[in-house]
Amino acid sequence: MIRGLPEEELFASGHRACAGCGAAIAIRHLLKAAGKNTIVVQATGCMEVVSSPYPETAWEIPWIHAAFETAASTASGVWRALKMLGKEDVNVIALGGDGATYDIGFGAISGAFERGENILYVCNENGAYMNTGIQRSSATPYGASATTTPAGKKIPGKREFKKPVPFILAAHNSPYVATATISDVNDLYNKAKKGLETKGPCYLEIFSPCPTGWHSPTEKSVEIAKLGVETRVYPLFEIVNGKVKITKDVQQPKPVEEYLKTQGRFKHLSAEETKIIQQRVDEIWEKLKKMEEAGCRY
Amino acid sequence: MTEMVVEASMALALGAKLCRPKVCPMYPITPSTHIPEKISEFIFNGEMDTEMIHVESEHSAMAAMIGAAATGVRTYTATASQGLALMFELLPVMSGNRLPGVMSVANRTLSAPISIWNDHSDSISARDQGWIQLYAESTQEAIDTTIQLYKICENHAVLLPGMICIDGFTLSHVCERAVVPEQGEVDKFLPEYEPKVKLDTKKPVSIGPIAFPNSFMEFKKQQQDAMEKALPLIGKVHDEYAKKFGRKYGNGLLEKYRMEGAEYALTAMGTAAGTAKVAVDEMRREGTKVGLIKIRAYRPFPSMEIRRAAKNLKGLCVIDRHISLGYEGPVFTDIRSALYESGIKTSHFIAGLGGRDITAEKLKKAVNETIEGKDGGWLL
Repeated sequence: MIRGLPEEELFASGHRACAGCGAAIAIRHLLKAAGKNTIVVQATGCMEVVSSPYPETAWEIPWIHAAFETAASTASGVWRALKMLGKEDVNVIALGGDGATYDIGFGAISGAFERGENILYVCNENGAYMNTGIQRSSATPYGASATTTPAGKKIPGKREFKKPVPFILAAHNSPYVATATISDVNDLYNKAKKGLETKGPCYLEIFSPCPTGWHSPTEKSVEIAKLGVETRVYPLFEIVNGKVKITKDVQQPKPVEEYLKTQGRFKHLSAEETKIIQQRVDEIWEKLKKMEEAGCRY
Repeated sequence: MTEMVVEASMALALGAKLCRPKVCPMYPITPSTHIPEKISEFIFNGEMDTEMIHVESEHSAMAAMIGAAATGVRTYTATASQGLALMFELLPVMSGNRLPGVMSVANRTLSAPISIWNDHSDSISARDQGWIQLYAESTQEAIDTTIQLYKICENHAVLLPGMICIDGFTLSHVCERAVVPEQGEVDKFLPEYEPKVKLDTKKPVSIGPIAFPNSFMEFKKQQQDAMEKALPLIGKVHDEYAKKFGRKYGNGLLEKYRMEGAEYALTAMGTAAGTAKVAVDEMRREGTKVGLIKIRAYRPFPSMEIRRAAKNLKGLCVIDRHISLGYEGPVFTDIRSALYESGIKTSHFIAGLGGRDITAEKLKKAVNETIEGKDGGWLL
C-alpha cells in the first residue's frame, strides 16, 4: 500500500496474472485514481483473460470486453449512452495492451479521438503481444527478441523503432496525453486523475514490464521500470493541449546497457546494436527537450 | 398516421426514428447510405433525440453499438455488403452478450467482383451469428418490421439483436406509398427499453468474460433456447401489431400467397416475393395451380410452418439469392431439411446474384421446369 493513495482495491486480488506482472500493478493503481464511479471497457489481451474467467471476475466496477480492437469504439458507445442517460459524471476508461493500442485497435482510437469522445484511453505498454505468446508489435523496441522477431543468426531481433503513439494522439488535438510507469504509482495516480478530470479524449500510457515476455526476474519488474526511466529509455512526460512537458527530468542518465542487461530479450545484442539504441534514446530525449523549451504545440 | 410516397431507405429511417433509439453509430456504405443521411437530418434538425456516432468504420459501428446497448439503451445502425462483412467479428459478440438492438441491412452482394447490386450473400453469410433475421418485401413492411423487431429483440425471454433486411436498390432506392404510424401509437406498442443487465456503477457486473470449455456450451445453448423462444414471439408480436395498426404479413414468419388448392409453389425472400406474386397470378390465369410461400423470418427458421404450408404440394420451387459455393443455395438446404421425409419434391434455382433481374418470366420458367420434374439450375 502506497501512502496517500486510497486503500480501497477495485481490481481484486486473486486474478490470474503472472507473478511480477506490471500491467496488474498499473490497473490496480489506475482504479484507485478512477474510483467506483467508473466503467472500464477492455480490449482482448492478458489483462482481460486473467481478470474475467467466468464465473469469477476481478472487477469491482462495471466492466465490458467486446473484442481485441474495440476498446475505444465500444467505450464511445458506452460514453454516448451515458450522455443520453444523463450520467455524464461516470468515468469511462478504455484499456488495452500495446498490441490493441498501437496495432489492431489504432484506427478505432484515432476515430474516437477525432470525435472527441469523453474517454480516458489507457495503454499498458509492455512491447509485445504477450497474451498470444510474445509476438512483435509496433511498440516492441528496436533489437528486442520477440517470437516473430527472434534473435536469429542473420537478423538480431526487431529492426524497427517503436511507433510514437502518444505524439500521434496529441496530434489528434487530445487535451491530455501522458506517460507513466509502475515504478512511480503516485505519478501514475496523479496522471490518471488528470486524464479523467480533463474533458475529451485523453491518453495515458503506462510502462508495464512483463517478466514472462521480457525474460526478466519476476521480483524485478518495478526496478526494471525504474531503470527504463533512469536510462531515458522510457521518458515520462505530459502533453497538455499540445504542449510537451517532461515530468521526470533525468539529468544524469544511466547508459542503456544497464536497462538492457536486465532482460533476456536483449541479451543477444552486440555493442553496435546497443549503440544504435543509445543514439535513438538520446535523439528522442533531445527532441522532447526541444519541444518543451519551444513550447511547441501539436 | 401519415400516408406518403417514400423511399424505402427513408422509410427505414422513419421506422427507426419512431422507435426512439438513444444511440446510432453509423457508417455509410452503398446502398444503405440514405439511412444514416436521414437519421443525421433528423438529429441535426432537432427532430430526433439521439446520439449519432460518426464512426470511422462499420467495425467500430458494431463495437459502439455493443457498448451503448450494454450501457442499457436502445440502439440502431444500418449497413450492407462489405460493411456487414467488416462487422462480422462483432456480430456474435453482440448476440453472445445477449444485447438487443436493430440493424437495417440493405442487401448487397460481396466482392469480388465488386458490385454494388443486390443479392443476399451479405446477410445470409452472417446467418449463424445469433441475430434474428427478418426480410421485408416492401417499403411498408420495412417500416412495420423495424418496429416489431425491437419488441421481439428486447423481450427478456429473447434478448438478441436483429437484422431487418431489404434488397439493396431493388427496394432501398424505390419510392412507394406507405403509411407511417403516429409516434404516440408506436410509443404505446413499444415501451421504453428495459435492460435486464447493464453497465451500472451502482450494481457492477462484468460483461464479456472468458468462458472455459466447462461453461461455453451452456452459453450457446441459452442462445439457441432464446432463438427458439423468438420464433413464436415473431408471430405474436406481428399479430399484435396487425391488430393495432391494421397491416399483416401472413403469420409473421411466412406469408402464403394463393396457396389454396396449389399443387406447386415458389419460395422467395425480399422483393423477389413481389415478382413471384405476379408470376403466380399469370400462371393461375393460365390454369397452373401454383402459389407462393414468402419467407419473412430466416433466423430463427420456421421449419414446421414451412412443412405445414407445403404439405399438399407436389413440388416446391426454391429461389435462392445466394449460393454457398461448393454446395447449393442456403435457403434450399434449409427448406429441404424442413421437408425431410415429407415426400414433397423440391427444385432449386440460383437467381438474382449481383443485381441480375429476377423477372416473372424467369420464375415461371422455374415453376414449369419443376412441374416437368427437373431439379433446378441457374436463372441467368
